[in-house]
Amino acid sequence: MRPVRVVEGRAVPLGRSDVDTDQIIPSEWLKRVERTGFGRGLFSEWRDDPDFVLNRPEHAGATILLGAERFGTGSSREHAVWALLDYGFEAVVASSFGDIFANNAGKQGLVIVRLEPAALAELVALVADEPARHVVIDVERLVVEVPGAGWHHAFDLDPMTRERLLQGWDDIGLSLRHEAEITAYEARHTGETPVARLAAR
Amino acid sequence: MAGRTLYDKLFDEHVVATPPGEPTLLYVDLHLVHEVTSPQAFDGLRLNGRRVRRPDRTLATADHNVPTDPPSVPVADPVSRRQLEVLEENCAEFGVTLFPRGDANQGIVHVIGPELGASQPGMTIVCGDSHTSTHGALGALAFGIGTSEVEHVLATQTLPQQRARTMAVTVEGRLAPGVSAKDLVLAIIGRLGTGGGAGHVIEYRGEAIRALSMEGRMTVCNMSIEAGARAGLIAVDETTIEYLRGRPGVPAGAAFDEAATRWRTYVSDEDADFDVEVVIDAAALSPRVTWGTNPAQVVPLDGVVPSPEDAHSPEERDAIERALAYMDLTPGTPLREVGVDVVFIGSCTNSRLEDLRAAAAVARGRSVAAGVRALVVPGSHRVKAAAEAEGLDRVFAAAGFEWREPGCSMCLGMNPDQLRPGQRCASTSNRNFEGRQGRGGRTHLVSPAVAAATAIAGRFAAPAEVAP
Repeated sequence: MRPVRVVEGRAVPLGRSDVDTDQIIPSEWLKRVERTGFGRGLFSEWRDDPDFVLNRPEHAGATILLGAERFGTGSSREHAVWALLDYGFEAVVASSFGDIFANNAGKQGLVIVRLEPAALAELVALVADEPARHVVIDVERLVVEVPGAGWHHAFDLDPMTRERLLQGWDDIGLSLRHEAEITAYEARHTGETPVARLAAR
Repeated sequence: MAGRTLYDKLFDEHVVATPPGEPTLLYVDLHLVHEVTSPQAFDGLRLNGRRVRRPDRTLATADHNVPTDPPSVPVADPVSRRQLEVLEENCAEFGVTLFPRGDANQGIVHVIGPELGASQPGMTIVCGDSHTSTHGALGALAFGIGTSEVEHVLATQTLPQQRARTMAVTVEGRLAPGVSAKDLVLAIIGRLGTGGGAGHVIEYRGEAIRALSMEGRMTVCNMSIEAGARAGLIAVDETTIEYLRGRPGVPAGAAFDEAATRWRTYVSDEDADFDVEVVIDAAALSPRVTWGTNPAQVVPLDGVVPSPEDAHSPEERDAIERALAYMDLTPGTPLREVGVDVVFIGSCTNSRLEDLRAAAAVARGRSVAAGVRALVVPGSHRVKAAAEAEGLDRVFAAAGFEWREPGCSMCLGMNPDQLRPGQRCASTSNRNFEGRQGRGGRTHLVSPAVAAATAIAGRFAAPAEVAP
């Protein structure tokens, strides 16, 4: 994973709550066996509408997506994170997230920012007022800023997720530091597994 | 000191390492794999020269993409076909046991895990699928993961995990006749909301839960994620033990009795504290139908389509208006006056033998309404064979239902079983999201009995309303 210290760019407000991962990337896209190219499927059921906010020229090139409540609920599909990244988003700001989505985002370096609803509403208003404004998400200092408006707000990230983003750490590598403990655990839990029993039939 | 919850016991037993300042490293006893969320994970292993650490703890099947035509019919969609082939290639290369399309053990991953006895009490179980919570009905800690985590488990048989908060949902009293596990879980989700369980593991308890069969318990745990909870749990009791006896993945004879003795310890201590406690009165519940575009947008079958005026906040008002527009519904309309085009009986929520029996009992001697397409998709080949042995296939066929081959099918429409734009469907599945069953399709979640009655009436109906 590439390290992420700061995300900076235009933001686009989605203006909906309960955006589930079926809406982020519909299931027809899940048949692909590659990890790339999912950006074309992002919000594909809404993208035909020329008024859909991602189609509006003033938000072109945005790197920060502003959601609302419960962004990324539903299916565990990591394709939702791949689609957002492939489209060009580097961070999603919302007041709450689906647990599995947020977890998947952390593994791929998509920055997840939880802002309380009042602060999020201020940020959305600033962006709606002037879409070209730059928004800065500083993972090191844990703050969201709109420098042109003098607005800033702190956010929380669990220390491990923050460190992984800053260092670009690979989770599997981190866990394999504990190879000896895994082996010791397995030595205490021997015996035929159900899968071995099924495979032997 | 207060006792421990079932969740705490399961978590504590699987701790491999507790590195300071980092999440706990948990051991994974069983990793279930399917074709959709695994190809990129196997690719990751290849890129890094890694192997599958424990093929004997990894079990794969093909379910999401498989057509529900007989296995002799080739997979027409080349992209789906390729994904199914890639699963076979990956399982062969990495030594993973696979039940492919057409195999006697194939089926929806959350149906075959329990029915084969692969999923057992006390286990940690993961799968690249959010409905992995189903297996919690057996007293196992089971939750869905993303593809990066699938790769992580394949390579290490562990996952870094933060301890979740605990929620007890206690269902007091008994469900009335005609009120099913599906109605109960829809009512629970309606109460908690789509985010109410976020960050929590839910333990379902109380008299009504203990009275449920294992299959009913699986239906309840299955939909935990629709309330935002990654996992749902039900304590082990004699219903659990008797369900497991004789299953192919479970030991026999004295070894079974020994295992059962250990399994009986997977209950919360009587003095255990939960972070949140919710109490539901079972006797007050009636059959449920979702009207909107998330599973918490649910009303009694006896009820009416809600109005934006009912909203408690501007955001909720906006969500109701959006859902009404998508679903093409008018506030105040009785659900019983809403007609359907399609009925789908299937999915990891409601495709087990008891579900099919409940639907067949309503369908027996009756006929699907003119203009309605009704599909029955058993959850697995074993379910299909058991249903056919009881003659349920003939009951459905005589009533005009299509009797199809096992798979996820129209729950998410990755195979050819899809809604067309504007079609309205009564579905026993778990998600009524926009476009979930096919672009522009409109989904209403119901129980198997209500789905069957609705197919016959051509509009939402309870079993008692449809005449032979």
